[in-house]
Amino acid sequence: MKKGYFGDFGGCFVPELLMPPLMELEEAMKAILPSEAFQKELRDLLVNFAGRETPLTFCPALSRRLGFEVWLKREDLLHTGAHKINNTLGQALLAKHMGKTSLIAETGAGQHGVATAAAAARLGMKCTVYMGAEDAERQSSNVRRMRLLGAEVVAVESGSRTLKDAINAALRAWISLQGSTHYCFGTAAGPYPFPDLVREFQSVIGREARAQMLERAGALPDYVVAAVGGGSNAIGMFSPFVPDASVKLIGVEAGGTGEPGCMHSAAINLGRPGVLHGEYTMLLQDDDGQILPSGSISAGLDYPGVGPEHAHLAAVGRVKYGVAYDHETLNAFQTLCREEGILPALESSHALAYVLEHAGEFKPGSRVLINLSGRGDKDMDIVEKALNL
Amino acid sequence: MHILEKKLRDAAEQGRTALIPFVTAGYPTLERFWSVIEELDDNGADVIEIGVPFSDPVADGPVVESASVAALKNGVTMRWIMEGLRERAGRFKASLVLMGYMNPFLQYGLEKLARESREAGVSGFIVPDLPLDESEVMRSLLKENGLALITLVGPNTGEERMKRYAEVSEGYVYVVSVMGTTGERASLPPEVPEVLSRVRGAFSLPVALGFGLRSPEQLAELPEGVRPDAAVFGSSLLRHIAEGKTPADFMNVWRS
Repeated sequence: MKKGYFGDFGGCFVPELLMPPLMELEEAMKAILPSEAFQKELRDLLVNFAGRETPLTFCPALSRRLGFEVWLKREDLLHTGAHKINNTLGQALLAKHMGKTSLIAETGAGQHGVATAAAAARLGMKCTVYMGAEDAERQSSNVRRMRLLGAEVVAVESGSRTLKDAINAALRAWISLQGSTHYCFGTAAGPYPFPDLVREFQSVIGREARAQMLERAGALPDYVVAAVGGGSNAIGMFSPFVPDASVKLIGVEAGGTGEPGCMHSAAINLGRPGVLHGEYTMLLQDDDGQILPSGSISAGLDYPGVGPEHAHLAAVGRVKYGVAYDHETLNAFQTLCREEGILPALESSHALAYVLEHAGEFKPGSRVLINLSGRGDKDMDIVEKALNL
Repeated sequence: MHILEKKLRDAAEQGRTALIPFVTAGYPTLERFWSVIEELDDNGADVIEIGVPFSDPVADGPVVESASVAALKNGVTMRWIMEGLRERAGRFKASLVLMGYMNPFLQYGLEKLARESREAGVSGFIVPDLPLDESEVMRSLLKENGLALITLVGPNTGEERMKRYAEVSEGYVYVVSVMGTTGERASLPPEVPEVLSRVRGAFSLPVALGFGLRSPEQLAELPEGVRPDAAVFGSSLLRHIAEGKTPADFMNVWRS
C-alpha cells in the first residue's frame, strides 16, 4: 500500500511548501511518540489533567426497554467536555518535544478549539484558533472559553465561513508559521500523517472500552456504535475492535432534516470520492468538483468530508455507516436525559439515535457499546430552540 | 525541448524576462475574460496561466480566492473553460497553462482532461495541491499528451527533494518567492537570491518566480546572476483588472 493510504483513500495533497512540516511531523511520530519518556508524560496528562480513564456506564432503563444491553463509553466526562482533549494533549506534547512554541488549530463548534487552548495553556504554548465567522457567531460561548484560556480566536470570513474554511485558513497560516508552530489538526482526516496521528491519540477510547467490556460484561460487545463527522471519536473507538471479527462496527453520519435535498453531512452515504484538505476521501461535491456546504443540527458533525480511514472501512465493508436525522437525534438527546440522567452532545446523540431508531437490527440480549463522545451543555440553546422548550 | 521551456529560453536569448500573467477563468465576467486573455496575448505575454476556480483554494491569498469565488458565481466550470479554449485553439502566440486544484481536474476525468487540453492548445498544468509524492498518475497522463506538469518549489524545499523533482520536471520550474500564499508583497523576502541560486543548482530548466510580485523593480533589485527567466504575476494583475484598467497598461509596465 502506498504511504499514507488506507486502500484507495488518504494521501497527502498539499502545497509543496507544506511538505517539509508534514515530513518533520512524520519523523517526530516515529522518533518521539514511542519513547518511554513521551508516553509517561502523556499518560500523566491524560490521567491527572484530563480525567482518564473514563467510566463505562451500563444503561438499565434503556436496556430493559430495548431488549439488549446498552453500554456507554463516557468521553463526555473528560476535561473540556469531549474526546477532543485526548488528541490535543497528545499533539501539543509532541509539538513541545519537537521544539515548537505555538499551536494553531481549526474549530467548527469550538470543542477542538477549546481543547487545544486548554492543552496549550497547560503546556505553556501560544495558541491561535481559526473559526468560521458563522460558527463563531453561533457558538459564542466557546469563543469566550477559548479566549479565557489564553487563545487568540481568528474569525474566518472566506468561503462558507464554516469549518472547512477554518481548515483552509489554518493550512494557509501554517505555510508561513511552520518554523515555530505545530498545526494541531482536530480530526482523523487531512493530509498524511494526521489521520494516523489522530487515530493514535484517540484509540485510547477503544482500548479502554474493550478492556472495560471484558471486565464488566465478561465479553466483547456485539456492536460498537459511534457518530462520524470527520471521524476522530469513531476511529478512536473502532480501531482496537477492527481485528475482532465478531464485533460489528456502526458509524453514524448526520443526515440533516431528512427532507429531499436538505443540507446534511453524510459524506460516506451520499458523497463521492475526491480531494479536499490534503486527502482523497468521500466528499460532498457537485459534478464539477466544487465542495458543497454541509449542514447538521450538530455543529461538530458539520463537515463535507470524512477521514480517509472511514472511507476505506466503508469500502471494504468492515464498518457499516448509517445515518441519523435531526429529529431522531433530538429524540435520542431527550431520551438519554430523562431515562438515564445523562445530557449528551448532539454529536453523540446521533449514535444513540441510530440505535433507538434501528433497535430491530440489534439481536435481543446482545451487548451494544455506544461512544458518548461529549456532553451536551454546549447544545442547550440549540435543543431548546428546536424543541420549543 | 518542451514548448514551455522554449518560450522562456527564447525570451532569455532576446535578453528579456519572460512574462507570465495569471488570470482566473471567467473573471471578471465570462465575456470579459476572453478579451483579457487576447489582450495579454497581444501585449507580450510569453505564457498565460489560466486559473481554474475551486471552492477551497488553500494555496491562494485573498485576491485570487475572491476571483475564484466570483468566477464560480459566474458559472465557470472545467467544461466551459475547455469549450472556450477549443474555439480559440491556435489563435494565441503565448503558450497556455491551466492552473488549478486537484479536485475539479479529478472530477472532470484526468484522461479526458489531458487529451482535450492537448486538442485545445494547452501546453501544461500547475496543480498547487499535487506535490511530487502524489503526482505520478497525473504527470504520466499529461506527458502522453505532450503536456508538462510544472514543478513548484519554495524557500523550504530541500536540495534532495529538488533533485527528485528535477528528474521528472519539464517546461520550467516555478519558484514560490514567499513562505505564504499567492498575493503581492511590497518587497521580496531577503532569502530569494539564495533560494534562486539553489534552484539553479538543482534544475537545468528555466526558472520562473511568482507569488508576491507586484512590480518589475522587485526583479531589478535581485543580483544579476540569479534573476529568474520569467516573472509570474496574478494578484496584482487581477487587482488591476478589478480597478477597470486594461491588461495592456499592466503589461506595458512589465515590458519596459
